[in-house]
Amino acid sequence: METIVKKRIKQVLKGDQDAYAEVVEIYKDKVFQICYRMLGNRHEAEDIAQEAFLRAYVNIASFNIDLKFSTWLYRIATNLCIDRIRKKKPDYYLDAEVAGTDGLNMYSQIASDARLPEDDVESLELQETIQREISKLPEKYRSVIVLKYIEELSLNEISETLDLPLGTVKTRIHRGREALRNQLRYV
Amino acid sequence: MKCPAEMVVYMHEYLDEEISAEHEKELRAHLQNCGECQTHFHELKKTIALVQSTSHIQAPENFTAKVMARLPKEKRKVGVQRWFRHHPLLTAASLFLVLMMGSVASSWDQDHQLSVSKQPNLVVQNDKVIVPEGEVVKGDVVVKNGDLEIQGEIEGNVTVINGQQYMASAGNVTGEIEEVDAIFEWLWYHIKTAAKDAVYVFETGETDKEK
Repeated sequence: METIVKKRIKQVLKGDQDAYAEVVEIYKDKVFQICYRMLGNRHEAEDIAQEAFLRAYVNIASFNIDLKFSTWLYRIATNLCIDRIRKKKPDYYLDAEVAGTDGLNMYSQIASDARLPEDDVESLELQETIQREISKLPEKYRSVIVLKYIEELSLNEISETLDLPLGTVKTRIHRGREALRNQLRYV
Repeated sequence: MKCPAEMVVYMHEYLDEEISAEHEKELRAHLQNCGECQTHFHELKKTIALVQSTSHIQAPENFTAKVMARLPKEKRKVGVQRWFRHHPLLTAASLFLVLMMGSVASSWDQDHQLSVSKQPNLVVQNDKVIVPEGEVVKGDVVVKNGDLEIQGEIEGNVTVINGQQYMASAGNVTGEIEEVDAIFEWLWYHIKTAAKDAVYVFETGETDKEK
């Protein structure tokens, strides 16, 4: 796959924009997933994932063709996510009680996917719980956990992607795991 | 029971698949005796399984198209080159057409002298061919790059290419009159005559056979 991608990138470098569509097609799910797990919101995730591909295209000349493209692309995506998280001042939480109601929180304001069968709802709820807990992690732990367990990168790849020393990556993964364990052990 | 602090470190080493054989042995031995650490270890593994179980989500529809629409415009040259690559048949056809037009145009250019079919009683004056009054011209008359003035009579068809025909009140043509002006009509005229010739050859061939 890397060879196809490299070939397409060479075409892009020559100015062939259409070759980039194939690159986007190959990585769109991965990049979207990183963004979604980092941001916990599909809309924002799509926005940032698109931005990541756009940045990668604009800066394609600075990509070292001898390196792995995915590492470079994921780095752009995670950095954009971290920027977004830092900028974002959440003005409301879904958990917060809605004023003037008795015990209703924002979750009840969201249209539920009622068409889903019962057993699907249960697994969906679990998915949401997990995602919520991932979203609650401080971003430095969140990025390593997402790359390690959702993108299944090796510790070395994570260290390259995030431009962090291997030791730091390990420490963050350990702390991230412990933090998640505290939240998820009774699920 | 107070567990040694390094046990948790060993657990993480194990989860990172970077534990040494020595540490692993120590960890295993400890876990067998310590329920608390066993739970801790189990919870860590469960957490990882849960995180990994989050279903693989896909990018929204039209994601690629949206990204492509946001990219800055590419250089024109590449677009043209790609168009040629993606439409080989059209490229070949248009190339053929260009060459064709070239040859047609050049033969059109060469053809700019007045030419007239050879009938003895046609009179040529400058750019004008005249069928004199009272004369009867037999056979088809073709005038190229000039006008035709008919004062007498023509027994046959009249074709005027790149010119005009004037019919005097006394003039008379027994066959059809055709004027060809533009290059395309001229071309069409050639195709038609070629086709007619072909049909003629074909038909005579048939009749020959029948004989």
